[in-house]
Amino acid sequence: MKILVQPGNFDAGLEIKALSNNPSIGAVASFVGVVREVAMTLEHYPGMTENSIRKIAEEARSRWQVIDCTVIHRYGELQPSDQIVLVAVASAHRGDAFAACEFIMDYLKTRAPFWKKEHAAEGPRWVEAKSSDDDAAERWQLRQGLTQP
Amino acid sequence: MKVTVRFFASVKEQLGRELEEIEVPAGISTVGGLRAHLRARGGRWAEVLAETRRVSAAVNQDMVKPGAAIRPGDEVAFFPPVTGG
Repeated sequence: MKILVQPGNFDAGLEIKALSNNPSIGAVASFVGVVREVAMTLEHYPGMTENSIRKIAEEARSRWQVIDCTVIHRYGELQPSDQIVLVAVASAHRGDAFAACEFIMDYLKTRAPFWKKEHAAEGPRWVEAKSSDDDAAERWQLRQGLTQP
Repeated sequence: MKVTVRFFASVKEQLGRELEEIEVPAGISTVGGLRAHLRARGGRWAEVLAETRRVSAAVNQDMVKPGAAIRPGDEVAFFPPVTGG
């Protein structure tokens, strides 16, 4: 399991290739989040961020047959079309890989301490949390320990 | 007891503060109690930490509910709902 929180970019292709290097792996599902339209600054809570992503990834491993996974999330200044986040999950079969990948992403959006500040033409503004993101996480029927306080 | 309180994102900006060592008065033993104590400072504190505002909290880097206990030396954080990903 590889969890990285970093300002720098990542190469999704290389990360996926690194994950696939195991003969029992038959599927790798991945998601890349990209900055849409407006430049932004991403703030995070060093330490807690890594720990919360690790907990989410461990929860995914307890629910599905996950052989390995990689999560990389950037922080700092990001421009439109920049990559923000990579979630890649390796499994024996696609069903587990797809589900675990989506689960990690849904949870990351509502649990990992990151905050986006958009630099729009009319001035900087903090992005508001969306209730649709809460709903997306809720539908996985949370277990204890990951529920939203 | 003494705790370290950290603020993030819009909460940090609006309070104009990032980190503070606080001597918590006797009788306050929860995160919610600490938030009310800070709110009682009035002005921006009352506004930013108002009960109507969605402010999340963590103790020692774990997200917690307002009823969570605080202990001497804890790191308590207040921040807006997260928006990563």
